[in-house]
Amino acid sequence: MLKIDNLHASVEDKSILKGINLEVKAGEVHAIMGPNGSGKSTLASVIAGKEEYEVTKGNIEFNGEDIDELAAEERAHKGVFLSFQYPVEIPGVSVTNFMKTAINETRKAQGLEDMPAKDMLKLIREKSELLEIDRKFLSRSLNEGFSGGEKKRNEIFQMAMLEPKLAILDETDSGLDIDALRIVANGVNKLKSNDNAVVVITHYQRLLDYIVPDFVHVLYNGKIVKSGTKELAHELEEKGYDWIKEEVNA
Amino acid sequence: MDLKEKLLSSFLVFENQIDIDTYVHDVRNDAIKIFEEKGFPTKKEEAWKYTSLNKVLKEDYSVFPQQENAIEYKDIKKYFIHDIDTYKIVFIDGKYSSHLSQTTHDGIDVCLMSSALTKPKYRILIENYFNKAATKDSLSSLNTAFSNEGAYIHIPKNKMVEKPIQIVHFSTGNESATMLQPRNLIVADENSYVQIIERHQSLSDNPVLTNSVTEIFANKRAIVDYYKIQNDNSNASLIDNTFIKQKKESVVSVHTFAFGGKLTRNNLNFFQEGERIDSILKGVTIIGEKQHVDHNTLVHHIEPNCESHQDYKGIFGENSTGVFNGKIIVEKEAQKTNAFQANNNILVSDKATINTKPQLEIFADDVKCSHGCTIGQLDESAMFYMRSRGIPEKEAKALLMYAFSNNVLSSVKIPEMKQRITKIIANKLGVDIGFDL
Repeated sequence: MLKIDNLHASVEDKSILKGINLEVKAGEVHAIMGPNGSGKSTLASVIAGKEEYEVTKGNIEFNGEDIDELAAEERAHKGVFLSFQYPVEIPGVSVTNFMKTAINETRKAQGLEDMPAKDMLKLIREKSELLEIDRKFLSRSLNEGFSGGEKKRNEIFQMAMLEPKLAILDETDSGLDIDALRIVANGVNKLKSNDNAVVVITHYQRLLDYIVPDFVHVLYNGKIVKSGTKELAHELEEKGYDWIKEEVNA
Repeated sequence: MDLKEKLLSSFLVFENQIDIDTYVHDVRNDAIKIFEEKGFPTKKEEAWKYTSLNKVLKEDYSVFPQQENAIEYKDIKKYFIHDIDTYKIVFIDGKYSSHLSQTTHDGIDVCLMSSALTKPKYRILIENYFNKAATKDSLSSLNTAFSNEGAYIHIPKNKMVEKPIQIVHFSTGNESATMLQPRNLIVADENSYVQIIERHQSLSDNPVLTNSVTEIFANKRAIVDYYKIQNDNSNASLIDNTFIKQKKESVVSVHTFAFGGKLTRNNLNFFQEGERIDSILKGVTIIGEKQHVDHNTLVHHIEPNCESHQDYKGIFGENSTGVFNGKIIVEKEAQKTNAFQANNNILVSDKATINTKPQLEIFADDVKCSHGCTIGQLDESAMFYMRSRGIPEKEAKALLMYAFSNNVLSSVKIPEMKQRITKIIANKLGVDIGFDL
């Protein structure tokens, strides 16, 4: 599904990704871990198509198609979803209207008619129940005045509404208490199928107890320096990242 | 012959043609003298520092369109709020169009200025109100000198007018350039309520200059909601002079939606002559190309315990320029005044300009006055966030801009009107999305 080949990316001439190779197949869950500043969030943003980042070398293939040159919305229309580490507050735009616009614009791009209002309401009801979101919450301005946990839950609600093929969850566990973490993880697991894939970016192993990865990769200094299975995550939790750094630097 | 000379010489002909009583005749004669003396305002005057009329005044305007021009309703239906029942006072090239209008004398007067200025039964009202709110500046005086047509609305005591009233001035462009000077008078008596929508619309690309004066009198506890839709062609310019006198406990709101035209200048003046008055001034400006919109507001707090609320949002693209000049005067007697003013702007182009200037003159010591102006750009992180969810760049921009102006839109009390404005905004921003926030 996702094939990243020797990806180099920089922002304002500062090189951040220095040759990433990663392949994610349908039905898989990958975790990307690594110390602060290793390039995890940059990788997520580059896949989603943030324009400030310049791909200087290598490429990103999604379902057999090069997507490096595509705008963020075009990638979204093809099924790429990024759950933000810091969801942006948008005063004046309600959660419901935002979702309606996002879904109908995606449908338009796919040559479909707008979703009938009745179906939209049903979908909203269904997915908000999945994420245990209060209906009143949906008429509020997007992310404005939301707590950290509410913001993250709202991200996964949007993911549930859009049903992406590839979901990248950037530090979705940060700012969540244990109950919210369980709701979010439960949501992600329910959406998981053999046709889609999830990339979980996290600093800690905690979330991986709930969303169990098939593969774990360690990103350090712009490169994937180690890959393994979920046991690697436990090892990192126990020993920290220093031993990885030493291994790499040696 | 320049426009000033042309107007001065036309005045003599005009004044002899019309049969009027002495009061109006005297007012007009005094007014033309003021205009003759002051002339058109120039950038040397502080209030016109950022708006030059030079280019607009160069056209060879016909000041009295002679021809009677007919328009079919179906061709201009879109300029009305047509999905609700309303009274309509419609003018074509300055002349009243009876077949497009729906006026009334049933309990209220929704009719013509030309009748009010000439028929004896209106004389007392005219003598009490006509030209009693307008200031003696040159442009208002020019309008006063030539005033003979426009809307005349009188709402008697305790009358709630259920249907909104639409005042629409069309210009057909049958002359190569046209100058129009409509004059509206609105008197809302004690405890009455009325909603009015005003629009100026050019139907061709020929230059039009409208110098309009509207006087609104809100007597004790009257409520007036006034909406101005300014979305004219790129060769149409508008100088809108609106004067509002409020008596105690009245509430008057004016919403100005400035989306187009070549040059638009809004002189909006509120005079509070009583206690516990509320004055509401709101505006949304969305312009591009080389358009110019200037909001020049004045709220004069004269008596104690009154409020004023100003909220103007502006979005400026391409080579457009905007001006906001908001003056608040709080007299020494006007203790416990609560005056609020906000002017927020977004520049979406490097070549767009906004000049914003709050002016507060406060002579009372126990008042709450706040003002704030901001100039910013669209939030890039919000743009990426929206686009990553599948909303294309243009639509994401439009959604952010709409959200930005939503504070003003949400206070529009006529739902069909709000829908219309929303559609105009979507059109203006070139998107086809619902915005049903």
